[in-house]
Amino acid sequence: MPRFLLTRIMSGLMVLLLVCLFTYLVFFALSPDPAVQICGKSCTPELIDQIRGNLGLDQPFWTQFFLFVVGIFAGRTYGDGAGAVDCAAPCLGYSFQSSQAVWDMIVQRLPVSATVAVGAAVLWLLAGLAGGLLSAVKEGSFLDRFTTGLTLTSMSIPNYVLALVLQYVLVVQLQWLPFPQAVAFADDPVQWFLNFVMPWMVLAIGYAAAYTRLTRANVLDVLRENYVRTAAAKGLPQSLVWRRHALRPALTPIVTIFGMDFAGLLGGALITETVFGINGVGKMAADSIARNDQPVIMGVTLLAGFLVVVGNLVVDVVYTAIDPRVRVNA
Amino acid sequence: MTSSPTDLTAARAVGSGTGDTAEAPAASAAGALPAGAGGTWQALRHDVGAMLGLGYIVLVTLVAIFAPVLTSISGWTPYEFDQTAIDPDLGGMPIGPWGGMGAEHWFGVEPGSGRDIFARIVYGARVSMSIALSATLLTTVLGVSLGLLAGYFGGRVDVVISRVMDFLMAFPALIFMIAVLSALPASNRSALLVVVISAFGWPYLARIVRGQTMSLAQREFVEAARAAGASGTRIVFREILPNLRSTIIVMSTLAVPGYIGTEAGLSFLGVGVVPPAPSWGQMIAASVKWYAVDPAYFVVPGVCLFLLVLSFTVLGDRLRAVVDAQEGR
Repeated sequence: MPRFLLTRIMSGLMVLLLVCLFTYLVFFALSPDPAVQICGKSCTPELIDQIRGNLGLDQPFWTQFFLFVVGIFAGRTYGDGAGAVDCAAPCLGYSFQSSQAVWDMIVQRLPVSATVAVGAAVLWLLAGLAGGLLSAVKEGSFLDRFTTGLTLTSMSIPNYVLALVLQYVLVVQLQWLPFPQAVAFADDPVQWFLNFVMPWMVLAIGYAAAYTRLTRANVLDVLRENYVRTAAAKGLPQSLVWRRHALRPALTPIVTIFGMDFAGLLGGALITETVFGINGVGKMAADSIARNDQPVIMGVTLLAGFLVVVGNLVVDVVYTAIDPRVRVNA
Repeated sequence: MTSSPTDLTAARAVGSGTGDTAEAPAASAAGALPAGAGGTWQALRHDVGAMLGLGYIVLVTLVAIFAPVLTSISGWTPYEFDQTAIDPDLGGMPIGPWGGMGAEHWFGVEPGSGRDIFARIVYGARVSMSIALSATLLTTVLGVSLGLLAGYFGGRVDVVISRVMDFLMAFPALIFMIAVLSALPASNRSALLVVVISAFGWPYLARIVRGQTMSLAQREFVEAARAAGASGTRIVFREILPNLRSTIIVMSTLAVPGYIGTEAGLSFLGVGVVPPAPSWGQMIAASVKWYAVDPAYFVVPGVCLFLLVLSFTVLGDRLRAVVDAQEGR
């Protein structure tokens, strides 16, 4: 199995390198004058010159790219003399607009984003598995048809529309939830928790619907398998048939999808964090679009790529642990 | 996006089985030759949900096509400012209840600017539909041709195409789309949106087409055609492609809502359609500041967008159920 993992890690690294290359190409090769773009909207000619010198934009593309990749592992110093800027490893770039290394900006906001992501993930896993199992057990019933309709509706409502509806109904009209305020968990845990209720719901709902459908389809498939019929025929009580024979094969594919979805959550959180004004990595990226702060967008893109690759790797490892068939084949 | 889970899951749920039908058409891998289109239509016609969805899609399409006619009847273009419809003392709030809805402005006006929301919705439908349908067309052409290539010829062609597909599907697509769109100049955004959405969308169709092509290529009628001396091109286009018809139609229909959502999401984030051209996503983004005082401003584009996505989702879902049933599932 080490060999299987090694191939996976190698191909993951390849994907990461390609993500780096594509991102770098987009920002530096396609743009007419990267220095001007990076400098943003309120910019002075002096700052443009400084950026141009610091980034080594006069060098050939591959040299620039090489320096960039080396910077990720070893850190780098942009420019020299008075205008020199330090960027410690992992150096994902430097935001000249906010005079900060992109990595530092990300690290500051990562805990908030993680809170949003983990809460939403718990919510959608619970809702999706429960909903899917229930409608599979009661296949064809009113409950089943109702769930199917509900999942189609939930999958179709755009995040930001739902966010506005919830805010209007729950906060403005019914006043069940307080207006979100920036508080630390230690100062006011209740307000802190209530702040996150709507973002969790909004981020979770689309996934919850998809997981409900997936769970239902998988369970119904497995129940049609011969070994499940055999288990029932030899007289096992139904609850044991489900627990020992049906659930495990039905739920293993969910692990794969969950790993990938969770790793890719940064994209979904972008809109949710923006609408609710949560100061996480996603909102930082969205704000950077408005300010045209490209090093930040680039850094977040790289982080997202890294998370997806790591997520896929973790899924592969976990999969060998929970699915015996994969273990034998590998 | 995909932008939200909606976009991404809508695209992904395509491959992962749904409620009414236990398996995606992928799994049924061309078990039987598809029944005629007439049978599919007969079955769909009695499905209330599918017909309501289709009705709304037709309505939005007509509205998009006849946008100039409709705005000439309603009397306002999407770019005209009506200062008389807003109250400067209240920070530009629309005058009258429900965001200023009435005989003059059918769907009310935008707070602050006083632009007519009906006109902006009507022209926004053009943007949404044209981008989503163009992206679907381009994705389908790319996905079908590359999937056929990989599946029929196999070998090195297959390895290369499959690798590219794996790479694209493991890519943080939404964030990368944002990155690309924010880095590139704003000229001709619509075409750029179509290209960017399709570039990340085709592997989901190609993967399924590839699988079905591989199993179809082993079937007797293909062998017979080959024995009769048919060329590779002829076999692919005359023997295999017709058998993929229902899969392609179902997959494409199910992809549309994802693309509508992605376009709206990107416009919402400010990297999509460039103002002042109206887009539903952009209207919703503008309404965020006003949601507490003028809910009608987000409700109108929000409901239009939601219904369009829902219609395509339901239609695609039912279409798949019918096609799967016909293929002996």
